[in-house]
Amino acid sequence: MSKKLRVATTSLAGCFGCHMSILDIDERLFPLLELIEFDRSPLTDIKHCGPCDIGLVEGGVCNAENVHVLHEFRKNCKILIAIGACAINGGLPAQRNHLDLGSCLTEVYLTEPGLMHGHIPNDPELPLPLDKVHPLHEVVKIDYFIPGCPPSADAIWKFLTDLIAGKTPELGHGLIKYD
Amino acid sequence: MLPDNEIRFDASGQAWLDQLVQRHQSRASQLLQILREIQEHFGHIPHRIVTELAQKLSIPRARIESVASFYSFLHLKPHGEYRVLFSDNITDRMLGSLPLMELMCQQLWLQPGKVSEDGLVSIGTTSCTGMCDQGPALLINGRSVTKLNHQRVQEIVQLIRNRTPLADWPADFFRVEDNIRRSGLLLDSALAPGELLRAALSSGALNVVESIKASGLRGRGGAGYFTGLKWEACRNAQGVEHYVVCNADEGEPGTFKDRVLLTRQPDLVFEGMTLCALAVGAKKGFLYLRGEYRYLLEPLQAVLQRRRNDKLLGTSILGQAGFDFDIEIHLGAGAYICGEESALIESLEGKRGVPRNRPPFPVTHGYLQQPTAVDNVETFCQAVLALHMGAEKYRAIGTAKSTGSKLISVSGDCQRPGIYEYPFGVSVREILRDCGAVNTLAVQVSGPSGVCVAESEFDRRLGFEDLPTAGAFMIFDDSRDLFEVARNFVHFFAHESCGFCTPCRVGTSILKQTMDKIAAGHGTRYDLSEVENLDRVLQTTSHCGLGRTACNPVLHTLKHFRPSYENKLKSLMFSPAFDLDGSLARARQMTGRNDAGAHLKEIE
Amino acid sequence: MKETFLLDGSTIPFEPGQTVIQAALAAGHYIPHLCYHPEFKPHGSCKLCTVKINGRTVASCTMPAEAGLQVESEIEELNALRRSLVQMLFAEGNHFCPSCEKSGNCLLQALGYDLEVHATGFRHLYPDRPLDASHPDILLDFNRCILCELCVRASSEVDGKNVFALSGRGITKHLIVNAESGKLSDTNISLTDKAMQVCPVGVILPKRVGFSVPIGERRYDQRPISAQALDDAPRQTDAGGNCAACEGTP
Repeated sequence: MSKKLRVATTSLAGCFGCHMSILDIDERLFPLLELIEFDRSPLTDIKHCGPCDIGLVEGGVCNAENVHVLHEFRKNCKILIAIGACAINGGLPAQRNHLDLGSCLTEVYLTEPGLMHGHIPNDPELPLPLDKVHPLHEVVKIDYFIPGCPPSADAIWKFLTDLIAGKTPELGHGLIKYD
Repeated sequence: MLPDNEIRFDASGQAWLDQLVQRHQSRASQLLQILREIQEHFGHIPHRIVTELAQKLSIPRARIESVASFYSFLHLKPHGEYRVLFSDNITDRMLGSLPLMELMCQQLWLQPGKVSEDGLVSIGTTSCTGMCDQGPALLINGRSVTKLNHQRVQEIVQLIRNRTPLADWPADFFRVEDNIRRSGLLLDSALAPGELLRAALSSGALNVVESIKASGLRGRGGAGYFTGLKWEACRNAQGVEHYVVCNADEGEPGTFKDRVLLTRQPDLVFEGMTLCALAVGAKKGFLYLRGEYRYLLEPLQAVLQRRRNDKLLGTSILGQAGFDFDIEIHLGAGAYICGEESALIESLEGKRGVPRNRPPFPVTHGYLQQPTAVDNVETFCQAVLALHMGAEKYRAIGTAKSTGSKLISVSGDCQRPGIYEYPFGVSVREILRDCGAVNTLAVQVSGPSGVCVAESEFDRRLGFEDLPTAGAFMIFDDSRDLFEVARNFVHFFAHESCGFCTPCRVGTSILKQTMDKIAAGHGTRYDLSEVENLDRVLQTTSHCGLGRTACNPVLHTLKHFRPSYENKLKSLMFSPAFDLDGSLARARQMTGRNDAGAHLKEIE
Repeated sequence: MKETFLLDGSTIPFEPGQTVIQAALAAGHYIPHLCYHPEFKPHGSCKLCTVKINGRTVASCTMPAEAGLQVESEIEELNALRRSLVQMLFAEGNHFCPSCEKSGNCLLQALGYDLEVHATGFRHLYPDRPLDASHPDILLDFNRCILCELCVRASSEVDGKNVFALSGRGITKHLIVNAESGKLSDTNISLTDKAMQVCPVGVILPKRVGFSVPIGERRYDQRPISAQALDDAPRQTDAGGNCAACEGTP
């Protein structure tokens, strides 16, 4: 048996729905784990990505921290995959893209009654939001995309097994979905 | 409330509109001409008038908005009492147009593309205005101003501030020189008006067609279709009416020869159209004049009137019963695409200038779906000369497949920009020598959609065998950055795409973004490969020539001047099109933060 | 004997006046298309139906069928172009499928599936296109418009109302409605209009009927568009003016 492929996963501006879908491959996780091992991932609690064969990134890029994490993945992963609608086209978070960020922050923290007592949070611990939400491929080079909101477990399974087998992944009718 | 609701539309306004619509016989096909006159009268097309006009012409108001919004010189919202548009061809830029526009904006306290708060003035850019030999140029309320410099801009600012009516501005501002540097059989022609027509009438219509065919004359608009074959096909096509259309929508950046022909040889143009009418059996002709040449309208109308008085137009021309023909001038309103013949016909019909699906072609289904012969200004002139000289003598000029002479519009880095007439077959090098060009890096032949010729190819010859051209000849010396030339052309195509088909509408915009990305220093090799992919899509799937050639400037300059792209690239495989740290600026401003975590590096 | 041409090696008979796509669909051969609708005169704007004829690329919906033509359609070179065109349309508008009532019944989406388009690829333009919810029964979501003009044509040619038109030029081109206020509520559109039925994407929607079919049972959940377009060809309206092939029939 050859060396296991090392896989890292993360969620940026996403809802972890794609990660739930990864878990939904259920008992097939066992044969999968014969072929791969996880590096940085919510499943392992490893905080930083080391050299990997495959990186799976869920969610778009909406703040400075997302950029740092994405850069870390691009630097360490031979193959970087955008998984899910948000990673591919910004998805729900990108629905703010036609609005001015300043007006959004004003509306949420200053105009509307809320928790911050008329103050936009400025703690250096918090990542600053970008003026627009970007799909991953607008920030770094992305090698593959698995569409869906979320992609089904079957789609993820098919895609990963194709990839691991060295085949150009194809989803085909029923597995390729944008919703 | 829209500010234009304040436009007083009282009884006299109502009467003015009634009269305007009546003058155009309440025909919806005159819509563009009506809108142009409304624009001239009010400075924009008021909301209220759109509603009134829709009723008077019995068309939906959405159609009026649809047409008006297609043409860049028509405005559905107030756009300033003085509307300044700087010509944005690369040759204007090379002559310093951008700093001059900046100066004017500064002095009038406004940003490009915006209307000043008091509604006095707006400043923007427009595609080439055809004054490349005497730029930088601008249009003010549709009138061309040439030879801009620091002082002239200051004077214009004063005139605008003082609200001086355009009629009282110094005439010198509006002077357009012909700049004829080399003339030949066309520019030297001294045929008396009607002379050729008289001869043609005696020999007969069929003979006209045969002689033009025998002369080998090909269209001078660039595509080079055989004029005689076109006239013959139009003549043989079944129809209720036949039409003759002269394409004077000279929009290809860097071309200005039709401007000079319409100034110096209008009789040849109209004589050629009348000959064509005789040949194809047309009673009605149109000259479609680009909006930028608005100043030529009155002089041309005077020529038409003189020809009517001389029985060279109207009923029973030269006393020949049944030979009735007259010419109407239609003005364009800022849409390069209308130079494409089927888009031009749509525009003549008062519609958006969207190229039609072909087949059928205009010779069988043209204006109002009737057989129509559409030819370039220069082609009509050449037809007269070919008939006058006889096929054999005409064929002796030029080359085997490109007979006769050609007007070349020379601009850019040379001592003597202007109009040069040569027999076809002249080499690029000969023209460069004649116009006093030194240290030439490249020549853009036939405009942005044409070919970028580098020094190694200067022995190539103009003609349909080698370098077909509508006449533009823009010269760039070794101080120029050919990447910036290509970027200017790419912006032009994106601005002028009609938006009908997916590849051109979206592709030209993406191409523009990519060129801007490279210019901003964010480009990578990945972007160059994306340009090549875009080119494949645009070239193979676009609806018309605009989309099919929109990548040419990039491909040609990439071929000859690849380092001018590469020296702007980052040595990265990929980089975002935007500034990562800059995209946190708004959040920094809103939170008052400036700590290390409030900044982003491009790559870690 | 009918005249014929060759499509990917198959013999396709045609009637005089038919275009290449019309003859192909009638003969049971699918060519991808988006702005073409069998009840309307071919338009030729989306360019999805681009084929290669004697080495030249042309839109098959507007290309008149001629005897002896050699047409290529199902080749990777053309499908690659079609993929780019679909990607361009996704990049141009704001297509957020998970929130769209038309998802599962959308032609653009179904074409993306069939052509195995995994991502937009290009940089998104994210245009600002406010909705028009002024009408009590009908919603217009311009974010999804692909400018195919089917509603413009249907409203003008079938409904005789001219409710829709296109405004602007180039990348700023957009759909407008025929009202001084610019609002749909001030037009004479009605739910039974043909214009309500022809939108291939999710721009023109009847209110209060969204998401009525569960995921898994929607039109293109079942079979790919390449199979279904053939079922419909040549698509005809029934006596009631309803088009079996059109989505969103109230």
